[in-house]
Parts: sequence; C-alpha cells; structure tokens
Amino acid sequence: MSRDFEFEKPIIELEARLKELKKISENGKIDLSREINAIADKIITLKEEIYGDLEPWQVIQVARHIDRPSTLDLIKLMSPDDFVELHGDRLFSDDPAIVAGPGKIGDFNVMFIGHQKGHDTEENIYRNFGMPHPEGYRKAMRMMRMAERFNLPVVIFIDTPGAFPGIGAEERGQSEAIARNLAEMSQIGVPILCFVTGEGGSGGALAISVGDLIFMFEFSVYSVISAEGCAAILWNDPNKSKEAARALKMRAANLKELGIVDEILPEPLGGAHRNPQQVAETIKQTIEKHLPPLMTMSREELLEKRYGKFRCMGKFCSEEELENA
Amino acid sequence: MGWFDKLTRPKRNIPSDLWKKCPKCGEVLLNKDLARNLYLCNKCDHHLRMPIWDRIALLTDDNSFIEIDREIKSVDPLEFVDSKPYPERLAVAINKTDVFEAVTCGRATLSGYKVLLGVMNFDFMGGSMGSVVGEKITRLLESGIEEKAPVIVVSASGGARMQEGILSLMQMAKTSAAIQKMNMASIPFFSLLTDPTSGGVSASFASLGDVNIAEPGAYIGFAGPRVIEQTIRQKLPEGFQRAEFLLEHGMVDAVVHRRLLKNTLAKLIGMFSGKFGGKNV
Ligand SMILES: [Zn+2]
Repeated sequence: MSRDFEFEKPIIELEARLKELKKISENGKIDLSREINAIADKIITLKEEIYGDLEPWQVIQVARHIDRPSTLDLIKLMSPDDFVELHGDRLFSDDPAIVAGPGKIGDFNVMFIGHQKGHDTEENIYRNFGMPHPEGYRKAMRMMRMAERFNLPVVIFIDTPGAFPGIGAEERGQSEAIARNLAEMSQIGVPILCFVTGEGGSGGALAISVGDLIFMFEFSVYSVISAEGCAAILWNDPNKSKEAARALKMRAANLKELGIVDEILPEPLGGAHRNPQQVAETIKQTIEKHLPPLMTMSREELLEKRYGKFRCMGKFCSEEELENA
Repeated sequence: MGWFDKLTRPKRNIPSDLWKKCPKCGEVLLNKDLARNLYLCNKCDHHLRMPIWDRIALLTDDNSFIEIDREIKSVDPLEFVDSKPYPERLAVAINKTDVFEAVTCGRATLSGYKVLLGVMNFDFMGGSMGSVVGEKITRLLESGIEEKAPVIVVSASGGARMQEGILSLMQMAKTSAAIQKMNMASIPFFSLLTDPTSGGVSASFASLGDVNIAEPGAYIGFAGPRVIEQTIRQKLPEGFQRAEFLLEHGMVDAVVHRRLLKNTLAKLIGMFSGKFGGKNV
C-alpha cells in the first residue's frame, strides 16, 4: 500500500519544493524566507482545500492510511506508564486483532479495548489486518465484564475492515460471538465510550460498539458493508466502489445526521496520521468532558439510556403516521 | 423469432409456476404436491424453502394467528440508488410477496400455548434486515416481555439491508439488546434458523435463542461462502456452514425435521413455562 494518495500530489509536490528551497537557502546563504513562507502558507491552504473537499472514496483511503494511529499507538500516548495489556479469551486463544487492558487517562482508571491494525505488512499479517476471530470478541467481552466488576469505565477504539471471513471463524461461531457481545454490552453496568478512529467495518465493528456515547473522527468511516463489497453485490461490479462509497453515506457527518454518532471529532490538518499526538489529546479531552456525568448516573439510569439510544435507531413509517401527517 | 417460437415460448414459461426441481436431488416436484408435503422433497426429504403463510400454518394452531405491526413500512433514509432506486426495489418486493416487509409478526397459539411469532420472508429482498425488520422484531420481543409469552422467530435472511446503510447495521444491536432483556426477565426466546440465515441476522437475534433450532441442511453462517473462498483462496469443505456443521460445532441446540418442529417447540415451551408435569410456577 502506498503511503501517499493521488489527491495529495499537489501537497507533496509543494512540500518537496519547500524542502529544496530551504536547502538552497541554507547552502547558498541566500535569504529565501519570503518564498519559503509563501510556500508554507500555500501548503496549509492547499491541505485545507483538499481535505475540506474529499470524496467519500478518498475519505476511506485516509481512514485506512497505514500510518493512521492504531489502538495501541493511542493507548501508549495516553497511558504510557500504566497500561497493562491483557490477553486471551480463556476459551480458545488470544486474538492479536483485538487488544485490551486497563490503563489511565488523566485521573481516570479505564479499561481500554480496540481493534488493532499494523503499520507494515508483517505486522498486519500478525494482526490479521485488524479483522477479529470469535476469540477476539470473546476477549473483549471478558474485559468488559472485568471492567464492570472493578467499576472501570470502558474506552473502545474501532478500526477494522470487518470480522474475519474464514473457516475457523465460522467453526468457532463468528455469528454467535458478535451477537453475544451486542446483547451483553447493552447491560454492562459501567460507562462505555466508543471512538471510531479509522474504519468501522460492519458487524465486526459494531460487536464492540454498543456504547453510551459514540464519537467519530472526521476522516473515519462507519458502514454496514465495505464500499467494495457493496459494489460487488449491488452493482455487480467491483469497479463501482466510488459510487457505492457515496451511496452508503458512511462519513461522520452522515452518521451524525442519522442519529448514530454523538459527536464528530476534528482531526489534525491533513488527517490523523500527520499528528497522532494531537489525536490522543482530542480523545483525552473528550473523555474528561463526557465521562464525569456518566459516572454520576445510577446503573439503572445508565443502562436505560443506553437501551433507549439503540432502541430508537432506524427510520420507517407506519400507516397511522401517514394519516396524521 | 419465428412464429413457432412465439407459440411455444409462453408455454415453456408456464410449467415453472407449476413445478420446481429439488435443489438437492433434481427430482421434479409439483407445487401443489409440495404445499401438501410441507415443501419437503418426496424423494430425498430435502427441506425446500417454505412460504411464510405455510410456515405460520405449520407452527400455529388453526386460525389462531393474528398479525401485528403489519402497517410499518420502509422509507428511504439514504435516498439510495444503485442500478435502481431503493423505493422501486421495495415496490417490486411488495408486489411480489403481498406483504409490506421481510418479516411477518403476530400473536398465536402453539399447541395451546400463547406465543409471539415472527417469520422472515426470504422472497422479500432476500429477507434483508432494515429498520422495519429490526423494529418489528424488537417490538415482538418487547411484547414477549410485557405479556410474559415466549417468542419464536423463524429466520431466513441474507443479512443486513445495504440500502439502509448504517441504520440497518444498528438493527443488530437493537434486537440483541431486547433479547438480553428477555433473558433477564426469564421469558424464553426460540430461534428457528431456516435456509438461509446469514450475515447481520445470524450475527444478532438468530444466534441468541435460549434454544437455537435449525432445519436440516439449512445454510447458516456469518460470512458468505464466496467471500470466504476469495479471502482464504481455498475450496470450502463439503457441508460447511450447513445446519449439521453448526450442530457439530456447538452453535445450534438441535437440528429438527420440519414435521417435528411444532411438537418440539411445544414440549420446550411447556417445560420452560412450568406447565409440564403438573408443576405451575
Ligand atoms: Zn430431493
């Protein structure tokens, strides 16, 4: 996978020229500061322009960027000293595509859980490209029950192409593992905060996303099916992914409008991969703002609200409504 | 096209309304015989897909089924267009199936027991779950809790309805959360998995029965076989993702012949509701 995008070419060209000018100015001791500043400004404007007007298909590319901060990157930025990774579902094995363990965010002790992708091919093969098997979901569930036992709020990062489609996954009940999480998460008696940091891929994402609040980063996506999968099925043509990406309305703003996502979180200029530190800071601030009110709720109130949140998702009409309209 | 074709062509189309080939053994089966024989192949006993009203008749006592929530209809929240606009696809499905959505729900009695029954309709856009299917099933489950009546859902679905995007995905969470409430209220939920049950339906309520019962030979899985083959570049073993495979791997409680379904459900409901063996709780 290339680290650069076609649509970023003008930025990359300008960045190369900036570098060149800086070199000339240093070597030749010529004062090019006016030109340099002008180009630096131009780069910022260009980034704002390009990233402000991305096509859905391009947003998917940003969400999948190989340098995009992963769950472990973010955890280590937020909780460098305290995080302890815990492994295994105690049933079959440990799934490297989902990571979990307790850590700290500011003054809060929390349980971290998230999909884990790699930053290169080797790591991605080890992490199965962030596509969990049933044991990954069962590990996540074990950690949530533990979090409930010790009164730790749960902080979840969502970044997966989807649950893995494979023989072992089916044999060990991928369906059951996802379904069980959906059911049980709805009654975990501690606050659950979900952050869609990259790719929210279908049931494989939802299986750890039944939370009290769902946040989505600006250039992340969340969809019932991948654009490629949708194109293959509905258009009968995998080359129609761009059309499918548009039709599926999978961007943060779409999900906010549809009442699925509570808040859209801004990304660093030019995408999360350009400044992971800033992404971690945004998450920390979001948690510090939204967690205290959830912590003061009674268990009953918290769970009733969570049930109500998902209960009212969906759009339909009944005959009575039509008559009243 | 000559005059001969014109004359013979329509004739060739007529028999397909009258007969079907058994997908397993190839036997030619007359539709009128199939309906009388519970859509079982009279040669190899293969369980063919069963129309919803035949299914309802199979599982409920005569004339006891009263449909609920019939009036809820899909809208087009995403203004989704692929090769056809979504509202057009819905209109075609409604026309073809004579129901408004991919699940039909109601109250009925089963061997005298009051039950809430939902039957999915594979002929309606592949039984896909959008907002309406999710809503109707959730209402059914919540009615079960309120009325303290067992709930049975007969699944037949290709998964989530893509045309409703993220809203259809969320129906998985909505229905599953309702089942968790049923579990807490000790109201039994029976999931009957029929051919085919996959994707978002198999990964939500269909896998969450107190008892999961599958019909013989039914295809049941999370990921479709083509997707798996493309991903792992390997041929799938014979019988993979069939009901018997799930039984072997511990994912369904029983594989039950269609003729024994009602009786099996009645026995379970009886024992779970304490009306069996003279003990009433
Ligand atoms: Zn046959």
